[in-house]
Amino acid sequence: MTTEAQTGTETVVCRLDQIRPESGVTALVDGSAVAVFRTYDDEVFALSNFDPFGKASVLSRGIVGTRTVVAEAGEEQVPFVASPLLKQPFDLRTGVCLDDPTVAVPSYDVRVVDGVVLVGAARPPQCETL
Amino acid sequence: MAPHLRKQLVVVGHGMVGHRFVQAAIERGLTETHDIVVLGEEPRPAYDRVALTSFFEVGAEALSYLPGGVYDDPRVTLRIDTEVVAMDATEQTVTLADGETLRYDELVLATGAAPFVPPVPGKDLGNVFVYRTIEDLEAIREASKGARAGAVIGGGLLGLEAANALHQLGVQTHVVEMAPRLMAVQVDDAGGATLKRHIEELGLTVHTGVMTELIDGDADGKVSGIKFKDEDTLPLDIVIFSAGIRPRDAIARAAGIETAERGGVLVDEQCRSSDEHVWAIGECAAPGGRMYGLVAPGYTMAEVVVDTLLGGEAGAFTGADMSTKLKLLGVDVASFGDAFGTTDDCLELVFADAVAGIYKKLVVLENATGGFELLGGILVGDASAYGVLRPLVGSGMALPDNPEELILPAGRGGGIEIGLPDEAQVCSCNNVTKGEILAAVSEDGGCDSPACVTKCTQAGATCGSCKTVVKKIVEDHFAATGKVVDRSLCEHFAMTRQELFEVVAVHGYNRFDDIIEGHGKGRGCDICKPAVASILASLLNHHVLDDSLATLQDTNDAYLANLQKNGTYSVVPRIPGGEITPDKLIVIGEVARDYGLYTKITGGQRIDLFGARMEDLPAIWKRLVDAGMESGHAYGKSLRTVKSCVGSTWCRYGVQDSVGMAIELELRYRGLRSPHKIKGGVSGCARECAEARSKDFGIIATEKGWNLYVCGNGGAIPAHAQLLAGDLSREDLIKYLDRFLMYYIRTADRLQRTSYWMEAIGGLDRIREVVVDDSLGLGTELEAAMDSHVDSYFDEWKATIEDPEKLARFVSFVNAPGTPDPNITFREERGQIQAANNEGPVSLGATIPVGGPR
Ligand code: SRM
Ligand SMILES: Cc1cc2nc3c(=O)[nH]c(=O)nc-3n(C[C@H](O)[C@H](O)[C@H](O)COP(=O)(O)OP(=O)(O)OC[C@H]3O[C@@H](n4cnc5c(N)ncnc54)[C@H](O)[C@@H]3O)c2cc1C
Ligand code: SF4
Ligand code: FES
Repeated sequence: MTTEAQTGTETVVCRLDQIRPESGVTALVDGSAVAVFRTYDDEVFALSNFDPFGKASVLSRGIVGTRTVVAEAGEEQVPFVASPLLKQPFDLRTGVCLDDPTVAVPSYDVRVVDGVVLVGAARPPQCETL
Repeated sequence: MAPHLRKQLVVVGHGMVGHRFVQAAIERGLTETHDIVVLGEEPRPAYDRVALTSFFEVGAEALSYLPGGVYDDPRVTLRIDTEVVAMDATEQTVTLADGETLRYDELVLATGAAPFVPPVPGKDLGNVFVYRTIEDLEAIREASKGARAGAVIGGGLLGLEAANALHQLGVQTHVVEMAPRLMAVQVDDAGGATLKRHIEELGLTVHTGVMTELIDGDADGKVSGIKFKDEDTLPLDIVIFSAGIRPRDAIARAAGIETAERGGVLVDEQCRSSDEHVWAIGECAAPGGRMYGLVAPGYTMAEVVVDTLLGGEAGAFTGADMSTKLKLLGVDVASFGDAFGTTDDCLELVFADAVAGIYKKLVVLENATGGFELLGGILVGDASAYGVLRPLVGSGMALPDNPEELILPAGRGGGIEIGLPDEAQVCSCNNVTKGEILAAVSEDGGCDSPACVTKCTQAGATCGSCKTVVKKIVEDHFAATGKVVDRSLCEHFAMTRQELFEVVAVHGYNRFDDIIEGHGKGRGCDICKPAVASILASLLNHHVLDDSLATLQDTNDAYLANLQKNGTYSVVPRIPGGEITPDKLIVIGEVARDYGLYTKITGGQRIDLFGARMEDLPAIWKRLVDAGMESGHAYGKSLRTVKSCVGSTWCRYGVQDSVGMAIELELRYRGLRSPHKIKGGVSGCARECAEARSKDFGIIATEKGWNLYVCGNGGAIPAHAQLLAGDLSREDLIKYLDRFLMYYIRTADRLQRTSYWMEAIGGLDRIREVVVDDSLGLGTELEAAMDSHVDSYFDEWKATIEDPEKLARFVSFVNAPGTPDPNITFREERGQIQAANNEGPVSLGATIPVGGPR
């Protein structure tokens, strides 16, 4: 199942089992490179594949893990990807850089239907950059 | 205080010491009561004369101590380009060159010294220079253009500096010294001879024990040659005099101030001259009749005068440490304390290595309790121990039981463990003791790093030779006060890599999930995952892209290639020992041509092909593998290359087959995953063309076998590998190497190269105990571990292209595998591609059909 098909505004990317837990793949969505990640507990996230620090299309190839972030509500385990180029960490849920919250990559709606991963529209930007 | 009660203080000379005086006056509050006028003859404010030679590289601005020419304190006025031609001690005035007179309440002379030019006929010809100011250097640079050769008259410290400069300007340089050796003041005959050899190797000509009879001139009045007694004239175009310095005491002398017999304004311990309102500091002063040609004593004098004028508890100048450490023409030279062993009953310890050009001497004295104290010493060729040794002089501390350990070629500076007493002077340039450094890092002091200590105490700010010791004192202090140095790998594992290695080995884990569940928390990150991947690879040697291992791999391992800045990869086939057949070379060339790759010879004796798209990697490697090549692991924290020289098979000096040995070792250790990369080298004789001693393991052939050196590296902080064992047979060499590498892999920290690991586990001796003496009884186990690695080796790339599951990851887009990523762009340079980056993401556009289903 390596076909790009459009279902409404959603793009079919691949089967969930084509993405190894804690890793990413690159998908072509409306002509743009989108990184789609699967976490250990089978959640799926989609970010632009373009690393705004290294200025290259590489994010899907980064290491996926968790980072403890202390927020008002207490400690939280944030799923993140480390850019393979210079290791900046990005929050998989929002695309915001965990070390520099003024930088974010665009994030996309994404869901799994019947074992198939569908990427939807780009979400409104989380902060100024990109 | 009312303005009319303020006093006027005039400083003559804005050199290094004059500037320090003004700084101290401002800092300690002397300007609360005194207006200060500084008169300097040079066309620029004070600058770092000690670093004068670097002017050619860094320019005048970088050397300046006061680039803006104005002090922060408005009560200080600096006038440059202003020469004082006379003083009147009765009227308390000074007269400037333009006739202006200035009144003073206190006069501080800081006029420095002038180079001494002996009365040799021809000394006034054009292109005869001295070496003291930036203007001198500018003129020398001008004259050096097109000059054939030049001579420096004087082979002392400053003469060699000047020779260095002339040599760097590309002029064939002669050093002419009347005394029978170079640097006669600082080093002894043997040290001078070692220094001479070094300098001659650089291509300079050294004439010792010769008298210059005259300097010849041409029709234009410029130098054309130089003639020594009883010799023919040597043709050359530049002469620099550096035959000593004379204190500039002329204005004081003319005003009837007392001067010393051998020159210099005679001053007492407070640096006060024979007139109570006239002071002299720096090189123009002669405290107790003796002048000091170094900057540190001048600084002390400046502080003493400021203290005395403040009226508080006055300090005193009672002589100075004349220790020096320099790098002359790239050669370390240091001389300290009683370097010539003039003390009664003292003993000398000497280490000399004529081949390496190293000469070290310690002068020691037996004390009442039978131990030895250090009196002084000379170091030529390797002065790394200077920082540790110099503070020992006069500290009253007994030396370790084997004082020769201090000068044997043991390791890197500062590695020597010595508990200095608090009073020991650590920085001689700025007179800072160990106690003062400790005060700076104490709670009150508030410093948290060696850099901060240098800023606050000045220790290390001048010549820099004490920096290693300052750093060590600061680190030891933090270690001792229990400032907890967190050694956790990352937030997921509260242990070091070594501890993690043991945990994994003991439990026999082979999955990250089990390890983090049992011993960590969270789901890991880009630090612990590659570390676990490396440990599992060292222990199991499975394919790094197998199942769950693939997602642990760092950037480069993840695609078995090195990621480049535009998202493409580089390809490096293994070329063991740097030996390659023409056929393989041709295949490499063809592959590069067909895939449009940028091609470069690496620093590791092999060929790197850059700019490969990820999806092309399998096809590229298929062609290389088919031609008999395999992964070079340029991407792995693993063995990289074993560099070779051509050795006895071709070279007329070679005593063993270094290429054969390099290939054998590279093939034995290929694919070995480790805490950091490992590099090796094998040279066929002591000429060391393979630079083996800059590698983690280096082997140098001897008549009788092989010398094994370990723990060297290049990179930002280079270290020479140290001799672990000598004249080894092939079998013993491999046995020791197996043990050494496995011991490193088991005990080193993440990303710790072997040299740092060596320091951390207790030095070369510790490694020798474990590897050679087998003190832990681990020998057989380590060898067996290596044997199992060798037996289980396979080529990662071959295995990858044969496994569809692994190949699946090498696609541009999971839903459009045939479409190249539009974000990857190149530009062209010198006929090949170069990586280019785009400011933002590049889109193919929604309307462009994307390579449909295949
Ligand atoms: C290609 C090459 C430069 C060249 O064009 O010649 C190179 C390129 C890289 N070097 Fe190097 N080094 C290369 C020889 C060297 C050498 C010289 C040598 O090996 O004789 C040194 C100094 C010797 C040494 O390592 O002790 C060297 C010291 C480094 C260092 C500093 C290591 C250190 O301990 O301080 C790094 C950084 C690191 O590894 O953390 C580094 C890291 C890198 C990396 C891997 C950085 C990276 O991860 O992207 C570069 C990418 C290689 C690639 O894309 O293929 N490279 N690098 C050389 C490949 C040699 C080979 O055939 O494998
Ligand atoms: C190439 C070189 C390398 C050196 N290397 C080292 C080293 O490694 N370690 C070390 O300790 N020392 C070294 N020295 C020596 C060091 O530079 C001097 O000890 C130091 O500069 C002395 O400082 P000073 O202020 O007494 O003299 P200076 O720095 O010479 O300053 C005196 C100033 O007074 C000015 N002046 C003189 N007469 C008058 C006047 N009548 N009116 C107005 N202004 C006047 C001069 O123009 C000059 O600017 C080196 C010197 C040179 C030249
Ligand atoms: S190290 Fe010795 S054997 Fe090897 S190339 Fe150099 S001179 Fe020849
Ligand atoms: S000894 Fe020169 S800066 Fe410390």
